[in-house]
Amino acid sequence: MTSSKFEQLERELLDAVAAAGDLVSLDDVRVAALGKKGRVSELMKGLGALPPEERKDFGQAVNGLKERVSEALTRRKGALREAELAARLSTEQADITLPPRARALSEGRVHPVSQVMDEITEIFADMGFAIAEGPDIETDYHNFTALNIPPEHPARQEIDTFYFNEQEDGSRAVLRTHTSPVQIRTMLQTKPPLRIIAPGRVYRIDSDKTHTPMFHQVEGLVIDEETHFGHLKWVLESFCKAFFEVDHVKMRFRASHFPFTEPSMEVDIGYAEVGDEVRIGEGDQWMEVLGCGMVHPNVLRQVGYDPEKVQGFAFGMGIDRIAMLKYGMPDLRDFFAADLRWLRHYGFGVLDVPTLARGMSP
Amino acid sequence: MKFTLSWLKEHLETDEALDAILDKLTLIGLEVEEVFDPAAALAPFVVGEVIAAEKHPGADKLTLCQVETGKGVVQVVCGAPNARKGLKGVFAPPGAYVPGIDLELKPAKIRGQESHGMLLSERELEISDEHDGIIELPADSVVGSAAAPALGLDDPVVEIAITPNRPDCLGVRGIARDLAAAGIGKLKDDTLKAVEGAFGNPVEVGLKFSGEAKSACPAFAGRLVRGVKNGPSPDWLQRRLRAIGLRPINALADITNYIAYDRGRPLHVYDAGKLKGGVHARLGQEGEEFLALDGETYKVDEEMCVIADDSGVLGLGGVIGGEDTGCGNDTVNVFIESAFFDPIRTAATGRKLNIVSDARFRFERGVDPAFVVPGMELATRLILDICGGEASKVTLAGEPPEANRIIEFNTSQVQRLTGLEMAQVEIKMILTALGFWMSGRGPGYKVSVPSWRPDVSQGADLVEEVIRIVGVDAVEAVPMPRGQGVARPVLTTGQKRVRLARRTLAGLGMVEAVTWSFIARDAAKAFGGGGDALELANPISADLSSMRPSLLPGLVSAAARNQARGFSDVALFEVGQAYRGAEPQDQFIAAAGVRSGSAKASGAGRHWSGAAEPADMFDAKADALGVLDALGFGSKVQTERGAPEWYHPGKSGAFQLGPKTVLAHFGELHPRVLEQLGLEGPICGFEVFLDALPEPRRASRTKPALQSSDLQIVRRDFAFLVDDAAAAGDVIRAAKGAEKELISDVTLFDVFTGTGVPEGKKSLAIEVTLTPRDKTLTDAQIEEVAAGVVAAVAKATGGELRG
Repeated sequence: MTSSKFEQLERELLDAVAAAGDLVSLDDVRVAALGKKGRVSELMKGLGALPPEERKDFGQAVNGLKERVSEALTRRKGALREAELAARLSTEQADITLPPRARALSEGRVHPVSQVMDEITEIFADMGFAIAEGPDIETDYHNFTALNIPPEHPARQEIDTFYFNEQEDGSRAVLRTHTSPVQIRTMLQTKPPLRIIAPGRVYRIDSDKTHTPMFHQVEGLVIDEETHFGHLKWVLESFCKAFFEVDHVKMRFRASHFPFTEPSMEVDIGYAEVGDEVRIGEGDQWMEVLGCGMVHPNVLRQVGYDPEKVQGFAFGMGIDRIAMLKYGMPDLRDFFAADLRWLRHYGFGVLDVPTLARGMSP
Repeated sequence: MKFTLSWLKEHLETDEALDAILDKLTLIGLEVEEVFDPAAALAPFVVGEVIAAEKHPGADKLTLCQVETGKGVVQVVCGAPNARKGLKGVFAPPGAYVPGIDLELKPAKIRGQESHGMLLSERELEISDEHDGIIELPADSVVGSAAAPALGLDDPVVEIAITPNRPDCLGVRGIARDLAAAGIGKLKDDTLKAVEGAFGNPVEVGLKFSGEAKSACPAFAGRLVRGVKNGPSPDWLQRRLRAIGLRPINALADITNYIAYDRGRPLHVYDAGKLKGGVHARLGQEGEEFLALDGETYKVDEEMCVIADDSGVLGLGGVIGGEDTGCGNDTVNVFIESAFFDPIRTAATGRKLNIVSDARFRFERGVDPAFVVPGMELATRLILDICGGEASKVTLAGEPPEANRIIEFNTSQVQRLTGLEMAQVEIKMILTALGFWMSGRGPGYKVSVPSWRPDVSQGADLVEEVIRIVGVDAVEAVPMPRGQGVARPVLTTGQKRVRLARRTLAGLGMVEAVTWSFIARDAAKAFGGGGDALELANPISADLSSMRPSLLPGLVSAAARNQARGFSDVALFEVGQAYRGAEPQDQFIAAAGVRSGSAKASGAGRHWSGAAEPADMFDAKADALGVLDALGFGSKVQTERGAPEWYHPGKSGAFQLGPKTVLAHFGELHPRVLEQLGLEGPICGFEVFLDALPEPRRASRTKPALQSSDLQIVRRDFAFLVDDAAAAGDVIRAAKGAEKELISDVTLFDVFTGTGVPEGKKSLAIEVTLTPRDKTLTDAQIEEVAAGVVAAVAKATGGELRG
């Protein structure tokens, strides 16, 4: 067989491979070429009839042909498969605009009060404050008397207290009007030094846009041998900066009066109103955010502390109020109305867990 | 407490601008609540002079006035009878808004004559009801200048909040003293002088108390002024009272009101002609009553301090005077009372009778006991000046309480409590300016407290005085000492559980609500509460009167409100407190939730992939279990019947640890309860009692090694026929227990009744997973386990393998 015939056969076979339009006809080409009775296989059968000196060259030529045809078949097979897959997939077109079902994880919400409590906890925990708790239904002693508000004190008349009915022994429980009784409970149980915050529900007879009969406060209390007003100032400034996530915060301390602190101050925070937004740390408007002071010596004596030896500060801050300031809810009453539209709008995502590393807000 | 700027300046010499004064007041604890500048409302109006007036040619009662306005002469048609040449009045130009007629002026033609503006009456300016003519300003008023000063209405009115510890600032002089100490000007010298009595006081004054009741009124000063002429008080006095919202009555009454606000010293004046015999203070007697100045008749009791004469009760000491002996225009002889009434008793009396008065407000906070007689002298002086007459000598019954308190004070306390380093002399200057008297060489002093400061009794109080005047701006912020290294965790187990439960439920697609701690009593009763001990004595409304025994009623009501707004697929939860009783240990924390409509965790409502089924008790069960799982108890609880009566009796249950510890209830809520709460059911809910979870045992943080092998696991299905009433849980438990080594899981994948299943039976199909430990299971081994499963289920439930 001449080399030109080899070349012609190879051309024919490769053309057949290239011409095969699908996997079935490609296999037919393969069988026709390389099958037992294929043209290449048939060639090999003629090997024995050749003179020995030609056999080597002939064998090499046939093998070379076989290899090249095989290779062409493999390549063609790959291309045809690819084309076939593409053809099939091109018929499988989904309407990608169809909406999927919402996942529970993205539907759930955490109430702003809970979220802000988590933020407060995170910040104060870093400053070494533990979380203390106390009951909502309080004794007159814990809510008033121990806090240096004796029964006849005019301050009692100014606080709109919810009372329970009088007991046989003449005592009368109240719904706590502030978180301050937790100070008393904590100090009665613990020896100084101590640093706590006490977030929780408090109750006063009041109802308008910024007052509801139930709301949330966080109490802070530090008692040791040296904590003074400068520390209080630092704690409050540090808190406000961390909470409102600003580098600077303007605070104004106004002298005030609370029976359980002396000296007592109310604290305003500086802000600017830009459209609907409240910007903390800018502008020249003031908003009251908390009351504070050095724990009154009479209160320290009530819990068996010696005011000559220990001292410290206390503060009380409205949680709902700072939540409104930070996140822009206009009306406090909505906090407790459980309106799904409001909760979805102002609520927080499940995994929006405030941490110091991440920051307080999402 | 209200005052005007000019009133303040009667006690305070200052050039400071109003804003500086206001800022300072707020900083030192006298918080400015409102400032009203009457001049601002009068800004458009100027002094105008009528330079020519003639009759309107077309109307008898109208006058054509040529008015010099300072910016030229304009013609004004005026209907007032007193419009005449030479009159200076208040001119309103076109464009000005006139409040009394609610109109913005425009040039107009009146009966053919042009009119460019108006000359105003007092009613048109809304400064009184006077409308008989236009205002006539003093002849020396400057034409074209603002009308407010000419009207005497340019005195800003300031309202400040006075904290209950500062009775001294219920008088203008006290406010002035604080401002002076804070560097706003100088407190003027008190010009108070005693009035020499011309004759002996003919009105006998007495204190008729015994024992402890003496404290009710320890001092009572009285004096007669005879031959007075009562009537309207002078302009300056009326103007001041009106500015702070008091209605002028007559000179004698106005003088007492004035002194109450000027000095914080309440007084009372009696028409001596109406008194029967002497005047005395005593306790009331049962059955006595009197007609008070407010027109009401009050019954007095034996706890109240009354002022009486021979005819009976005249008034309540320190609270309110009587109508019958009040001063009128015909009063000729006036008896002045200046007494000291006990704060506590005064407050109790006022509360009991619900009388709010300026006198009560001051006495219950504590008036200056040393000012009993000086207050009387001031009143006498004003009466003599305004009403004439002749004063008697003063009679003083009793003694004012000793007010001379001495505090041992070391000035180092200022630094100790505030961190502020101050020179002794600076501290001394502030306290002295506030009226404290310091003796000693320092740093230890004896500090004498002024009689008008009942609130100051110890060192901390003096520190407050210093720091409020200096201001906290002067105090440097000092970092609190930090612990070494990274901040330690602080949350208790309970606090961690609350947080985890909350985020878990939100992760199950529920929305967190915060609902009231108090609910309607009926709703509380429906959920096992509503007892007397948890009922508020003074609820804000009947809907919010009972402390909630469960979080569910609040959530169901919230779901009902959302339903009424058109949102029927509601998944709400709350983590919060509820109450079994009024004691601290009766308060508990629960995590509760409700799902209504089709609000399932897998999605709600209609959807192209298939509509959601209604949420049912198994959704509530899954939620409760989700919480328990997150808290580490999911695999430890058993499911029992016995949810309380507000659940559907058949479709509800409890998760328990052992026979006693109930960790949660779940189920469909009882239809009767839903009807009561106004919700169209069904709705399912759950409540997990977080306090009931035991403290976790302090285990190692290392987890046990994972037991896994690469050997082929084997799954076998079984279908059992059991009685309808049999519990699937029992089948599962029996199957699991059949071979503890090899059976790693049992799942129930079908519950079937109907064709092929006999009446009264159901088919339960389970898949049992066998996990080989060390070598592949043989068929014989598998068959052995299968036989064991069948036997165990048969033994536990009577179930047979379905053929």
